[in-house]
Amino acid sequence: MAVYALVDCNNFYVSCERAFNPALEGKPVIVMSNNDGCAVARSAEAKAIGVGMGEPAFKLRHLVDSHGLIMLSSNYALYGDMSERVMSVLATFSPGAEIYSIDECFLDLDGMPVDNLTAWSQQVRATVRRWTGIPVSVGIGTTKTLAKLANRLAKKSKKANGVLDLSRDARWIEAALKQTPVGDVWGIGRQYAALCGVNGIRTAFDLTLQPDGWIKKTMGAVGLRTVMELRGTPVHTLDTAPSDKHTTCCSRSFGASVTEFEQVHDAVMTFASRAAEKIRGEGLVSGAVQVFAYTDRFRPDQPQFSLNSMIRLSPPTSSTPHIIGAALKGLKSAWRDGYEYKKAGVIMLDLVRPEDIPRDLFSPPPESGARPTALMAAVDGINGKMGKGAVGFGLVPDDAPWKMRCSNRTPSFTTSWDDIPVVKA
Amino acid sequence: MEATAPIYSALVAAGFPSPADDHLEGKLDLHELMVKRPAATFFCRADGDSMTGAGIHSGDLLVVDRSVQPHDGDIVVATLDGGLTVKTLRKTEDGWELASANPDYPSFSVDPDDGVQIWGVVTFSVSALAKR
Repeated sequence: MAVYALVDCNNFYVSCERAFNPALEGKPVIVMSNNDGCAVARSAEAKAIGVGMGEPAFKLRHLVDSHGLIMLSSNYALYGDMSERVMSVLATFSPGAEIYSIDECFLDLDGMPVDNLTAWSQQVRATVRRWTGIPVSVGIGTTKTLAKLANRLAKKSKKANGVLDLSRDARWIEAALKQTPVGDVWGIGRQYAALCGVNGIRTAFDLTLQPDGWIKKTMGAVGLRTVMELRGTPVHTLDTAPSDKHTTCCSRSFGASVTEFEQVHDAVMTFASRAAEKIRGEGLVSGAVQVFAYTDRFRPDQPQFSLNSMIRLSPPTSSTPHIIGAALKGLKSAWRDGYEYKKAGVIMLDLVRPEDIPRDLFSPPPESGARPTALMAAVDGINGKMGKGAVGFGLVPDDAPWKMRCSNRTPSFTTSWDDIPVVKA
Repeated sequence: MEATAPIYSALVAAGFPSPADDHLEGKLDLHELMVKRPAATFFCRADGDSMTGAGIHSGDLLVVDRSVQPHDGDIVVATLDGGLTVKTLRKTEDGWELASANPDYPSFSVDPDDGVQIWGVVTFSVSALAKR
């Protein structure tokens, strides 16, 4: 019988911050998105004073004075490093592990010589907590969807103490399904949840009672697979070797609206440079680059425009000057004056490994441009050693409006020698 | 038609082979010695003089392993007053204390209700001797 565990870090970003700053313990803390836009992680205390997920930061500022809310900028260097630590601890517990997101991991427990999965899960929790400082919850089920559902309940229930094993008893599964609103089921989008609501389907249990034909007709094959998983038939297996990405994006909202071509030009140059670095890091080359910029959709009083342009890269390449060149060419061709741009970005399309580049008779041989050139290897080497952005293409002013706003970022405790925690002696 | 012959510029080694070739081993890596469990090991910087008796000076780099079970006599990093502190963990007659290793500094008895927790065990301390 298949048995899966979903291990999920509790309020992951906040927990990472607390691991190095005990003063944050017991206080309402949120971590904000890029550019300090909105709340993307909330401590239990922050949830308790009514901070909603995704709530804009400016609407929360009054809680700083009234409730002592602590608002931190996101520190992705820290979260990435802590995530790796948590995942590597989990990998010691089960040979089959699928890292599902920065703070979630599926474990395949099939055939594990464990009598009591609840006790085993408590040991997993305690170990991750002790070694990394990060609290986690564990949900266990006979399908990945049920494991996910178990995890959600494990987090909510005090009695569960962070662990819920639904694989042991069919009655528990039924009780769990009855407690879970349809919208909270993994893989059921908001749209389908609304559709279910209209049809009187409130809980996950109600959904499992619907005839297959109706589900397939209204929610498609994907929806049917979700329902099969809720009924205990495994459809999704562990994805331990994630396939190569096909696209990657680097974009940012501007702190202030931008009207000058030069400013968008600089932003696109930086995003293109970053995107090129990203794909090189994964050993990929790109066959096309897409540039976009658009105005603020939430300002109907302003003229709206969305700029979009795609340039082919032939042969596919990961070289920064080629990619910057193409991106700027795309920007120039699609640029229009007279608008207040709010966001811009660069998307790398058709990503492939250099050895998988499709050959055709008329394009130049891939050898010429596909492999990272010596220059690129040197640039990446220097930036790896001296820190991001030590060398780059083009000079960009420090006060550019699209540069990250992060007024409240904590130090890179685990990834920079200058930032390691100071311990009072 | 003119006959040409290629010129090889590569060096062809023709000397006696190095007798050391068969004995190549990895280089010594300090990280390997000091970081037994990478997932649980953190680096910290000591600030203050309360542990000079234990050879820890202000500015020293501390290697802290959170996976090590703390024992009586271990030098540990603990949470104290909302911050992190390095002290010697000692068993006393009525419990545990965090002891300074410098007579000018006090020791603290450990009361779990005060939010004092052992954060990790210090496994190595690294002093920079040439400050440049």
